[in-house]
Amino acid sequence: MSHLLEVKDLKVSYHSYAGEVQSVRGVNFTVDTGESVAIVGESGCGKSVTAKTIMGLIQTPPGEIKKGSQILFEGKNLLDMNEKEWQAYRGSDCAIVFQDALAALNPTLTIGRQITEKIMIHTDMNKEDAMKEAERLLTLVGIPNPAKRLKQYPHEFSGGMRQRAMIAIALACQPKLLIADEPTTALDVTIQADIIDLLKDLQKEFQMAVIMITHDLGIVADIATKIVVMYAGKVVETGSNYDVFYNPRHPYTQALLRAVPRLDVEEDQELESIEGTPPNMIAPPAGCAFCTRCKHCMKICQKMEPPTYEFEDGHTAQCWLYHEYAQK
Amino acid sequence: MNQNEKILEVSHLKKYFKAGKGVLKAVDDVSFFIRKGETLGVVGESGCGKTTCGRTCIGIYDRTEGEVLYKGKDVHSLKGQDKKDFTKEVQIIFQDPYSSLDPKMKVGDIIAEGLRAHKMCASKEEERKVVNDLLETVGLNAEHATRYVHEFSGGQRQRIGIARALAVEPEFIVCDEPISALDVSIQAQIVNLLIRLQKEKGLTYMFIAHDLSMVKHISDRVCVMYLGTIAEITDSGSLYSNPLHPYTQALLSAIPIPDPKVEEAKNRIKLEGELPSPINPPEGCRFQNRCKYACDRCRCERPELKEVEPGHWVACHLTDK
Repeated sequence: MSHLLEVKDLKVSYHSYAGEVQSVRGVNFTVDTGESVAIVGESGCGKSVTAKTIMGLIQTPPGEIKKGSQILFEGKNLLDMNEKEWQAYRGSDCAIVFQDALAALNPTLTIGRQITEKIMIHTDMNKEDAMKEAERLLTLVGIPNPAKRLKQYPHEFSGGMRQRAMIAIALACQPKLLIADEPTTALDVTIQADIIDLLKDLQKEFQMAVIMITHDLGIVADIATKIVVMYAGKVVETGSNYDVFYNPRHPYTQALLRAVPRLDVEEDQELESIEGTPPNMIAPPAGCAFCTRCKHCMKICQKMEPPTYEFEDGHTAQCWLYHEYAQK
Repeated sequence: MNQNEKILEVSHLKKYFKAGKGVLKAVDDVSFFIRKGETLGVVGESGCGKTTCGRTCIGIYDRTEGEVLYKGKDVHSLKGQDKKDFTKEVQIIFQDPYSSLDPKMKVGDIIAEGLRAHKMCASKEEERKVVNDLLETVGLNAEHATRYVHEFSGGQRQRIGIARALAVEPEFIVCDEPISALDVSIQAQIVNLLIRLQKEKGLTYMFIAHDLSMVKHISDRVCVMYLGTIAEITDSGSLYSNPLHPYTQALLSAIPIPDPKVEEAKNRIKLEGELPSPINPPEGCRFQNRCKYACDRCRCERPELKEVEPGHWVACHLTDK
């Protein structure tokens, strides 16, 4: 079966006065129809840049997508498309929900106008039908009084409602792939839970593929069926949610899971702090990027990039520890 | 020293702000205490008044009504030497390590500012030594003292903020969301540092945050706030297993747990409606418009914070039955 989305050896750099920031350094992963994939990582690990590249939102310059990178959507390489093809793809095949809904929505246009704008670009509906469609979408995402809400501006919405409106815009035209870039980071936990539930329901209803970008492992456990762990511009581990949570292979994933306290455990827990900080992406290390913070660091880790090892079906990790010569 | 000695006692504290024509009731009649050497965690959603409460408790904001006693003395009417002692014994660590450190000052000067104000060092050499020791205590190097703040990462800046708070050898520190601006792997570093310092120096913390998992981890007791009032105070151990206030129950069930099997099995309590504005909060119980158990009594009479089990305080009419 061919994948809905296949990211192959994606490399993205930004040119700054300080030098070339290598944000994404060879990322590979796949997304299938109806699957929900979580990309997890700390700030600066390249997860948002990856998402923006899939949406074609990297400004060049200062950004640069390196030669040899491929993003295949239903078999077609997105990076070869011209601007017109991009416009047809963005919104109708693939849509994105941003973290900060207040910044992402236009403050001078009503919510109704912002939803119908997209519908009218991608379909041949007239204004009236588009308004009806917009009303249906607002109902779908759980906004009460949709007819009245359509005439309001973003500042009249609360944070949670604004994020729902963003999801309504994203859902217009029924995209096959929805990218959610930290959609709940700015929200309170009770609102966050509502939004995550909404995304899960919508995904089931429309059989959409969802890429969820987050740093919150709790959300990952809640929504993802497949997990991609990123560190310093690279994928260090991928696998199903059970594989990654119950049998993490990469030392970074292992440490990350032990660095968060669990609410449902009563006894005292020892938090594992990952000492040090992520590397500078202007001059990333030659070997494994995690080696300076890794407890199991070996000599080879500092010199050569680790290859990818596959364990169970689809569970992979980039780490020298799984080389046959490594001490067990 | 008595184990149960109360270092901070807050009774019926109110803090109102003028907001246009209305009055924003940020903190509305809260009472609690903090024992010496313990950590009281304060959690709640944004706008619940937890930061205002912390700041009013240490006198950064003036109170509207009520009383805050620090070691038996009223915080808001301290004068002279008492005031000086208070400012030395009580410190705060801020949420945003980017805006709470002066970008024009060297790290050494930022940390030494308190030392100088309280004339704690006899000579420059002694001051330098104290600053260097502090930097090492929080996991930085002596050489960092001559650098400026912009050269440091978020986690390192928070360490500088902690060193600054520790410089005057305080007894009580208000930690106002000290980790929410940091990455997961760095959060654990800072939390472990705070726990270690507490053990070494016998510090008392008021730990304000919205991340309930982390608050539960670091605190001895947890205080849950909702819209300017306290909903529940209890031991952090029994908070998850025995929450009594409907808001606490909903809050706990909303927090995703990093374990797929637990998440699949979970039944979440959904909250209807939205957080009301603190400018015109609902009459009676603040939570009544979102509470599925709300009855007529909740709509007119405000529940008092009562001790329903030893050490477990709840403000809810349901516990009366």
